[in-house]
Amino acid sequence: MYLERNSKSLLILTGLLVLAMLATVVGCQSTPTPQIPGPAPTSTLTVGQPAPTAEPTEETEFESTPDPTPTPAPDGTQITEAGSTTVQPLAEKLAEAFSAQHPDVEITVQGGGSSVGVKSAGEGTVDVGAASREIKESELQEFPDLQIFTIARDGIAIVAHPDVPVDGLTKELVKDIFAGEITNWNEVGGPDKLIVVVSREEGSGTRAAFEEMVMGKEGPPIVDTAILQPSNGAVRTTVSTTPDSIAFLSFGYLDESVKTLTIDGVEPTEANAASGDYPIVRPLNLLTNGEPTGVVEAWLDFILSAEGQAIVVEEGYIAVK
Amino acid sequence: MRKANLTFHALRECNKAMQTRYAVDRFVKYLLLLSALVSIFVVFLIGLFTLREGWVAFREIGLRALLTGRVWRPGRDEFGLLAMIAGSVLVTIGAMLLGVPLALGCAVFLAEVAPPGVRAIVRPAVELLAGIPSVVYGLFGMVVLVPLVRCIPVPGNTGYGLLSASIVLAVMILPTITNIAEDAIRAVPRAYREGALALGATRWQTIVSVTLPAARSGIVAAIILGVGRALGETMAMIMVIGNSVIVPRPLNDNPLTIFLSQARTLTGNIAVEINYATGLHESAIFATGAVLFVLIMIVNSAAHILIQGKAK
Amino acid sequence: MSAHSITSRPCAERAASPLRSNLASRHLTQKVAFALLWLAGLVAVGALLAVVGYVVSHGAQVLSLDFLLTAPRGGLSGEGGVSTTIVTTFYLALLTIAIAAPLGVGAAVYLVEYADEIQGRVIRLLVGLARFGVETLAGVPSIIFGLFGYALFVAAMHFGFSLLSAGLAGACLILPLIIRATEEALRTVPRSYREGSLALGTTKWQTVWGVVLPAALPGIITSIVLSVGRVASETAVFYVTLGGSYRMPTSLLSGGRTMALHVYYLAMETRAFDKAMGTGAILILSIILINAIINYLSRRLTMRE
Repeated sequence: MYLERNSKSLLILTGLLVLAMLATVVGCQSTPTPQIPGPAPTSTLTVGQPAPTAEPTEETEFESTPDPTPTPAPDGTQITEAGSTTVQPLAEKLAEAFSAQHPDVEITVQGGGSSVGVKSAGEGTVDVGAASREIKESELQEFPDLQIFTIARDGIAIVAHPDVPVDGLTKELVKDIFAGEITNWNEVGGPDKLIVVVSREEGSGTRAAFEEMVMGKEGPPIVDTAILQPSNGAVRTTVSTTPDSIAFLSFGYLDESVKTLTIDGVEPTEANAASGDYPIVRPLNLLTNGEPTGVVEAWLDFILSAEGQAIVVEEGYIAVK
Repeated sequence: MRKANLTFHALRECNKAMQTRYAVDRFVKYLLLLSALVSIFVVFLIGLFTLREGWVAFREIGLRALLTGRVWRPGRDEFGLLAMIAGSVLVTIGAMLLGVPLALGCAVFLAEVAPPGVRAIVRPAVELLAGIPSVVYGLFGMVVLVPLVRCIPVPGNTGYGLLSASIVLAVMILPTITNIAEDAIRAVPRAYREGALALGATRWQTIVSVTLPAARSGIVAAIILGVGRALGETMAMIMVIGNSVIVPRPLNDNPLTIFLSQARTLTGNIAVEINYATGLHESAIFATGAVLFVLIMIVNSAAHILIQGKAK
Repeated sequence: MSAHSITSRPCAERAASPLRSNLASRHLTQKVAFALLWLAGLVAVGALLAVVGYVVSHGAQVLSLDFLLTAPRGGLSGEGGVSTTIVTTFYLALLTIAIAAPLGVGAAVYLVEYADEIQGRVIRLLVGLARFGVETLAGVPSIIFGLFGYALFVAAMHFGFSLLSAGLAGACLILPLIIRATEEALRTVPRSYREGSLALGTTKWQTVWGVVLPAALPGIITSIVLSVGRVASETAVFYVTLGGSYRMPTSLLSGGRTMALHVYYLAMETRAFDKAMGTGAILILSIILINAIINYLSRRLTMRE
């Protein structure tokens, strides 16, 4: 008796579950093939430390991705990459383009930060590590076989809230502002308003590069009353909505919601960065443990070729050739 | 004789069936005991792993330095959690100051005052508040609340800080506290209320002097649960609290402005840095987790003792 | 307090004192208090409307069938839709339920049906530990489950960032939820059911399996549905165990992104704030649906009484 009364609700629930499952099946099958002719993009976006095992993840073909037309590829079909989150979107695009030409090569792109990139590459946990800064001496000592490939240059712009009337600063002034020595906009030609400093958190490669180039290796740390945000996008949102704010931001993230400041009179454009006029430029490095071989070498060659560099420019970075 | 034989066989069969059933019964009982023990096993594992990973930090940095250090600069191997502990405690206090009156008010409202039609709207609304993902709360806080808080004309007020975080947190813990407190209030026997009303008290007097004291243990339990939830919230916090590693202090002479200060919570410390941490830094993050775990255990145990004491 | 004061004042004084104004002032207090209580209720509803309204108003423009059925394509503009995240959320919920439900229901059954009759001191101690374990687990913050999941499942057991690691960590998270709700459901089953069954000669287990559990089933299903909602909206646990890949998970060992995580990544890493809000809107609407199911089920349950 009691079962009959409950069975109706059970039926409804089961019906809903079945519907949900049908929906996901339908959803799986309508994953469209992307714009690039060829199979679905094979790059993954993973934020976090890379899996501590060196084994590549199993790729059992489930549904969605259609069978790729095989093209003879060099040895091995897997490349794992991890490290800087700044390099991540660029690496994804490069992976996509490479896989379009070599469909059975799968490149997994992850995040984790520049330090993680150096360490994973050095330890061999991943095939390629990414760092958005120079490699430190200590890191080179720890991993003497590390090979560094600079695949692009990235400018770091100093941005402010759009209503800030100051148009430009010198590198020294920027350093003093971020160190907390200068606290009011009126000290640099602006109105009487307290400067709100926004920064990335400590492990960020973008921050490390900024600190090295602007604050100086032995220089003062960034003031501890700065608002810290965990990503470039969050920094941009914060600056665009917080009056009197100032921050550093990678070129790739610049848009109309923030105001860029000239440094020593130079505009933060790709052209100026490429020519060397703009002073705050950092390398985007890919690292391997020892000389790269096989498919990894092929990918790196592709990245450093004209085609790869064209993608670099497209994404808003500066080519190295 | 044959009849007796048949009965004997029947009884034996019956006995065997019974014995199997009893054996199954006993087996199942122990199986179920095992599943009940899974939870304590998981607690044990959590404690074990958090401590194991954090051990290096405790050993290298030392417990006192870790707990009282004001500076957290992983780049220079300086790890001090004082600012984060202060941040977590202060934001919880703020959330309690704002959230407990609101939540208890809602609970009393739902249990005693609201007409059935209104209750049918407000109660699901409160439940729904619990279902909104913390990311959404964080984003809402970042884009709507922070600019609002920034309007408070205190120099140094960026909008990011304890006040915005406390408001967001108060709304997040509202359903937790309201739910349990409401149940506790409803559980108070009608006789209590009727007795007070018969003596000439107004409904409000009844609520304040009879119903609420009678529901006290449930209400306290609800509040403690709210505190635990507040201490443990992560994603919403990192978006509105500023994450600056400073021990919050008042922005001017008014001590209340301490709530306008930016801060970082223990939970935020973990979430913001876990992706970048290696080596000693990673161990320090786990140590942060251990400190948080211990803090919550202390709060929960204190609550337990309080409630048990009152029950006696 | 006030109730006492009325009866403790001497009769003559009471007759002479302005009784009416005393009552009037108490009524005024009540009016003010009740107004405040109404305000509290209003604030709660207002907060809900504000948050949901904001999300839906900013996200509605991206919502379309296409958005639901297309996979995310990444990049700084957050191209694509959310199809893979919906699937990942679904699979993850299924996985956590598959792990936690049998354990949780079993634990609850034991604690309610068997634990009270135990004599042995050792087992009494174990039962006490079990109860303590459930309570403690209920209070552990989700980021700790994430850290734990990372240390144990992702790193130590080498599952890596995967559905498996996230499922196991998530199961730990919802276990106390299921245990508590199932306990309540079991306790509402009238004793007469059990006694009747036992009187018919069944064993304890047969009673539980055949009579008590079916009777408590709506409550158990409610707890399961609640857990699904919890998994869908949880962020911190899966942030550190699932990785951030937006691809369709192809096995238990592949990583993925739940809808809640997708909201976070979209808002933080890309320019597509409207898509973040859109995903959030879908999430909230799903939660509303789940809540409606729970309410419907629990109404069926009370109708039965």
